[in-house]
Amino acid sequence: MFGKLTLSAFLHGPIETVPQLMIVGGALGALALLTYFRLWGWFYREWLTTVDHKKIAVMYFILAGVMLLRGAVDAAMMRVQQAIAVPGSEGYLSPDHYAQIFTAHGVIMIFFVAMPFMFALINLATPLLIGARDVAYPFLNSLSFWLTVAGAVLINLSLVVGEFAATGWLAYPPLSELAYSPGVGVDYYIWALQIAGVGTLLAGINFIATIIKMRAPGMTMMRMPIFAWTTLASMILVVFAFPILTVTLALLGLDRTLGMHFFTTELGGNAMMYVNLIWAWGHPEVYILILPAFGIFSEIVPVFSRKRLFGYTSMVVATMCIAVLSFLVWVHHFFTMGASANVNAFFGIMTMVIAIPTGVKVFNWLFTMFRGRITFETPMLWFMGFLSTFILGGMSGVLMSIPGIDFQVHNSLFLVAHFHNMIIGGVLFGFFAGFAYWFPKLFGFRLNERLGKYAFWCWLIGFLTAFVPLYALGLMGATRRLNVVDPSWQPLFIVAAVGLCIIAAGIFLQALQLFVSIRDRKQNPAGNDPWGGRTLEWSVSSPPPAHNFAAIPHIYSRDAFWNYKEDGGGMEVGPAHGEIEMPTQTIVGVLISLCALALGFAAVWHIWWLAALALAAIVACLIARSFETNIEEKITV
Amino acid sequence: MLELFPVLDPKGVIALAERGLMFQALGFMLIVAIPVYFLLFFFAYKYRASNKKAKYSPNWEHGRMEELVWWVIPLEVVLVLGALTWGSTHELHPPKPLAGGDPLIIQVVALDWKWLFIYPEQGIATVNYLHMPVNRPVEFRITSDAPMNSFWIPQLGGQIYAMTGMVTALNLMATEPGAYAGASANYSGEGFATMKFTAWAVTPEEFDAWVGRIKASPETLSWEKYKELVEPSSSVPQTFYAAIAPGLFDSVLMQFMDAHNPTGHSH
Repeated sequence: MFGKLTLSAFLHGPIETVPQLMIVGGALGALALLTYFRLWGWFYREWLTTVDHKKIAVMYFILAGVMLLRGAVDAAMMRVQQAIAVPGSEGYLSPDHYAQIFTAHGVIMIFFVAMPFMFALINLATPLLIGARDVAYPFLNSLSFWLTVAGAVLINLSLVVGEFAATGWLAYPPLSELAYSPGVGVDYYIWALQIAGVGTLLAGINFIATIIKMRAPGMTMMRMPIFAWTTLASMILVVFAFPILTVTLALLGLDRTLGMHFFTTELGGNAMMYVNLIWAWGHPEVYILILPAFGIFSEIVPVFSRKRLFGYTSMVVATMCIAVLSFLVWVHHFFTMGASANVNAFFGIMTMVIAIPTGVKVFNWLFTMFRGRITFETPMLWFMGFLSTFILGGMSGVLMSIPGIDFQVHNSLFLVAHFHNMIIGGVLFGFFAGFAYWFPKLFGFRLNERLGKYAFWCWLIGFLTAFVPLYALGLMGATRRLNVVDPSWQPLFIVAAVGLCIIAAGIFLQALQLFVSIRDRKQNPAGNDPWGGRTLEWSVSSPPPAHNFAAIPHIYSRDAFWNYKEDGGGMEVGPAHGEIEMPTQTIVGVLISLCALALGFAAVWHIWWLAALALAAIVACLIARSFETNIEEKITV
Repeated sequence: MLELFPVLDPKGVIALAERGLMFQALGFMLIVAIPVYFLLFFFAYKYRASNKKAKYSPNWEHGRMEELVWWVIPLEVVLVLGALTWGSTHELHPPKPLAGGDPLIIQVVALDWKWLFIYPEQGIATVNYLHMPVNRPVEFRITSDAPMNSFWIPQLGGQIYAMTGMVTALNLMATEPGAYAGASANYSGEGFATMKFTAWAVTPEEFDAWVGRIKASPETLSWEKYKELVEPSSSVPQTFYAAIAPGLFDSVLMQFMDAHNPTGHSH
């Protein structure tokens, strides 16, 4: 009846029981609050059924924020363990629990923090930047979001029922095969990523269509804001890369569930195939995240320098170069697997080649600042923090692209420091910049600047304190994923733990900033154009109306809004018909995602009747939706 | 100070070359990185909004010459680094035999969670302990009878993966006598952190004497003993075997080749 699921799956050791109770308590608490304040109707109308890209953006922000807390707790547990665990005193985490934590930390931070944070910003900004009323496929947008939620719920469910993968975030076989990981942890991993991955792929298609087809009249490709370009490049990468992930995880799932041998050690299976496939997705994934961050900076630097972006065409060319090159470098993640010198040298050199367009972008930002009038509000501070840490991460990256050097630092904490350098200093700082920049547009009031600046300094100093020691530890021979460390390394691990505390203070200040800003929202109205913006989103009210633009603007140049302001006239817009077609709300996205969650859970525990039922329900939902004719309604403005 | 950083404190030819490569590449990159840091903070300071004396050109958005320059500067650096990469990758290719005479062959098997070292010419084997003559090339032939691991002795040179059913090769040569820490660098399960070993580099005479002592020790490694050793265990003490089953290393490999006998591991 319940497959492999038995009561014992709910019973954990004392350390695991705390988060188990927190998750159950948190979920029950949220349901109780909704019931007590009679908010179910509001929740259903305003959030569950919404197809408005701005509201979906808000929900992505919330998902990313909640999961950031989860991922940060994982990080803190690892930092404490490595700061205290030396031979003879093995810390407070069992090796298996420690492995589950570092696996969950990586998976959650990439798939359920960075990706949702990115989609929040893309959802929020893209339609507004290109003068569109919504995305191309609003229902698909809602489905993408709720599938991501289903994946996130499944991964957290593994804390309550069963266990999570203890394999590292990419689950290399043969360790992730049944022979070495007989529990359900890897199955949770596979199904959570499969469900979220489908959501991501659909979102990729959606935003490509939006950017190609929905631009305001006159906005040629070469008049698009750079953020639209980098989003387009990133979404193209999503569409090419995520199917590889889906297939790879499906093959691993077949190995585990049906006893096949794609990646096992015997019967012709070959783990090297998995390693190649997962990185053929995994490397583009890095650029999927960083390109939109580059785009955000390309919007922010001109605004706060009060000057046109320097080298627009170069920026576009560089973005597209990076997108293409990102598919030609995956082998640099495993120079140590024994490929020939020619292969390793080729992929090393291709990796360095990416430094050329990236370097061009850096120079273009610098020369946007040159002869500008720069002010340093929070978004610009994040840019300064980004660039000063990104150069460090870029250098360590180029070092590791040389196979002869990589052999000495691969799989060490030097590598861990490098990619956190790129993901925190690059991606996350970029997204924080975008959040601070577009928040007033989305909510209609300003964020508290002072607390925002304090939070920035905590993040910057905390990041350096936490990760510069890891560079050093890598050169000291410390490998990654150690649950017990050499006593001579301990001082630096303690410094790294202090760094994490400073980052935690930054997160606390950000939460406080949100609280204070919401409390004082009446005193700090944003107005339409709080920063002296250059692009279309600043031409409409904050928050924008559901339909964004009552009349669609005509575009004659880049920085369209800035030019209109310079000329002293208003925006030139198309005819206002008084009636606008808007997509109708729908609950189908939530229903499909609930079924997907049930399907994933059933597949993890081999409850096959439930899996079949859930799959049938998904198909039924899709058929029912395809017969729905009432998908658009007219509103009067 | 350097002795704290094994990667930067080489005691072998490969590690020395790899460190040199690291310093060289870092030097080239600093040629670009230092000016970028300087420009970032200089522009941020000079063109701050409160400095009304600085020139302000709000519509300057394109310069053919300027853009050409910063496509070319990184290109030049990458050309130099690319040439360095091509040469060094062939030079430091792990299977490439080293100059310095006939190499000592050591077969390496990564197990859950210990390292088995087999000296086929000497007919002895060790666990979590390596002994090798200084100034003589050593050719490691590496496989795994466990999840993927990575064989790494930082002071002697970079790592390479250990994988089931496959042999990777790594050539190293110690140039100074001493005891060097080795480890697995690729996570392989619960006991991974304890997969450590010591690599001793000694004079040829000491090495021969050591082989003699091991040959006189009581333990031997039969296939049955090997299958017991494969069972997962952590923090395994150094162990020595005076004799080994003939063709042990090949038998370990062939377990995964024989489709009719898929008994590759003991889980």
